[in-house]
Amino acid sequence: MKTLKFLIEKEFKQMFRNPLIANLIIFFPTMVLLVFPWAITFEVNNIRVDVVDHGKGSYSKRLTDKVEASPYFILNDTPPDYETAMQAMERGEIDMIVEIPTTFDRDIVKQQSSRVGLAVNSVNGSVGLLGSNYMTQIVNDLSRELASELLHKTSHAQMKAPPSLPRLTIEQRYRFNPQMDYKLFMIPGFFVIILTILCGILPALNIVLEKENGTIHQINVTPVHKAWFILAKLIPYWTIGLIAFIIAIFVAYLIYGLWPAGSIFTVLFSGIVFIISVSGMGIIISNYSETLQQAAFLVIFFILIIILLSGMFTPISSMPIWAQAIAAINPFTYLTSALRMIYLNGSSLADVSTNLLMLALFSLLLNGWAVLSYKKRG
Amino acid sequence: MIVVENLHKTYSTGLGRKGKKGKDNGNGKGDGDRNSNRNGDVKALNGVTFRVNKGEIHGIIGPDGAGKSTLFRILTSLLLPDEGPSKVTVAGYDVVRDFREIRQIIGYMPGRFSLYQDLTVEENLNFFATLFNTTVKENYHVIKDIYGQIEPFKDRRAGALSGGMKQKLALSCALVHRPTVLFLDEPTTGVDPVSRQEFWEILDRLSEQGITILVSTAYMDEANRCTRISLMQAGRFMATDTPKGITESYDELLWSVEGERMPALLAELRAHPDVKTAFAFGDNHHVTVKERLSVDALREYLTGKGFNEVRVTPIEPTVEDAFMKASMEVLNGNE
Repeated sequence: MKTLKFLIEKEFKQMFRNPLIANLIIFFPTMVLLVFPWAITFEVNNIRVDVVDHGKGSYSKRLTDKVEASPYFILNDTPPDYETAMQAMERGEIDMIVEIPTTFDRDIVKQQSSRVGLAVNSVNGSVGLLGSNYMTQIVNDLSRELASELLHKTSHAQMKAPPSLPRLTIEQRYRFNPQMDYKLFMIPGFFVIILTILCGILPALNIVLEKENGTIHQINVTPVHKAWFILAKLIPYWTIGLIAFIIAIFVAYLIYGLWPAGSIFTVLFSGIVFIISVSGMGIIISNYSETLQQAAFLVIFFILIIILLSGMFTPISSMPIWAQAIAAINPFTYLTSALRMIYLNGSSLADVSTNLLMLALFSLLLNGWAVLSYKKRG
Repeated sequence: MIVVENLHKTYSTGLGRKGKKGKDNGNGKGDGDRNSNRNGDVKALNGVTFRVNKGEIHGIIGPDGAGKSTLFRILTSLLLPDEGPSKVTVAGYDVVRDFREIRQIIGYMPGRFSLYQDLTVEENLNFFATLFNTTVKENYHVIKDIYGQIEPFKDRRAGALSGGMKQKLALSCALVHRPTVLFLDEPTTGVDPVSRQEFWEILDRLSEQGITILVSTAYMDEANRCTRISLMQAGRFMATDTPKGITESYDELLWSVEGERMPALLAELRAHPDVKTAFAFGDNHHVTVKERLSVDALREYLTGKGFNEVRVTPIEPTVEDAFMKASMEVLNGNE
């Protein structure tokens, strides 16, 4: 026990002598939460549009104005013909062309309907899909407005009761994140990334650095038990990981007003269970690498898989079966979903117990593997 | 104190992970002159047998890649020997079975500086003392000679020390728990001549205190400072004896040849039918000759070949001569 204390003391000394690590604890969670939630978003804004208005009537002018007024679109130009607009799209200046036919105004008055042409550059699929959805909404809006106006006029003129047409509308209600704010959905995911880097990757690199410097041999020829050595490596990173986690929770509250709907202690407890499993993963990586270069490569390889297949960015339910299987054995999946449940749904400890049990299982497996694969001699 | 019988170690160099380069303390030693089979397995140690008595300074003399570091890493319990009918014990403890006991009583100073560069001199020393449940104060008498020299810099970070001071710190850390056996793997490589001299004086004093020292070196001139030495080449011990015994058992006619155009002279010597071997030794050539050749005859022969002012003198063999002879025999034996 005394040896462990000295080993930990040494780790902390080294840690605080390294200005990078000391800064990392405060700045890393703050930066991640300040920058990423804004940049990593699936809301599509600022779609650049050219409107080719062949009709040049008052209704087609209203449609153009509506496009310009929409927060989703930027009206780039109103070229005279489709060809000019197409060239602009080929040059990458615009994402979408709206073509209003010559007969637009007349059709609306006569038949109360008209057709609008949409051409979307769907190289970026989500811009294509969402852009055309938004545009459809605008066109529908306009047609509804026009319809009611026209109906009004006719009814006034003929003094007849308007024919009451049955109308069905679907009213969607979004629960738990009523504004559909993507940032609130993502932030629990960023907590997981912060914990992974501080408690999984940093200790792994630290151990490999000892291998590269040869200092690990100097420890290995002493009677120090290997479990003490590993534990002494982990405890300091567990500590800074927890501190950074708490800082991140407060930053999320101060900037985004996001506070767990459930208990803060459930959040912290889930975090701790996850920290233990992810640090086991770090030790395994360090056991199988002899140099920092090898370790860095392994880390990048696993982190990419683990983050992309965890439901952090994309829903697991829409993944192919094999990817779902990977997500099911990924500790990230369980903490991300647990944190989202606690934060947004207000879940209690009992609600997330399945997730926590899975994380505890990973902790056992990964750390067992880590201890077995760490050898003091070759 | 150290008993090694028929020790073998084979590295499989299949894929880097368990490979030689990775595990060997990162010092990237070549293994070009080791026996290797078709699978790429490298025999780093091939039946090493020797014995070190208490209080001796035993030198392992051999070139880079001879297997010195592998031997040290097995003796310090960092590496497992090949399975087989071998016996390797340190202070009576088996290196495989009793590795815990061994780690209590040995001090190891690897060839490369491997202390914490971001800790100070004092912190490094205290740290290694605490790992053995002791304190610097308790064993200060053991390290006083060495640590005394770097104590004025005790608040300096180890990474900022000069080469000679780093080496003294490393030795202090290896000694701070008062080991009974000290393993020094090429401790003087890359150290200036004055510091080397000092270092050997320190080893003498440690040996007087009853500490058994196994030291490896590629410098032949350091061999004479050891109680006994072993000549090592290609994973084998070619001879083990006192330095005096090694040179006395040298049974060749040995001459030194000096003159102008030394490289051409060496080639000419090797072409002579009665010259057995010829090697460059600093500013002269050492040649061994057949008995029918005389000093004058060789001088005249060389003068006839256009080498003026050639001096040929019979000399006493050194450890290096003995090493060259033995290693030629091993290499010829392999062919």
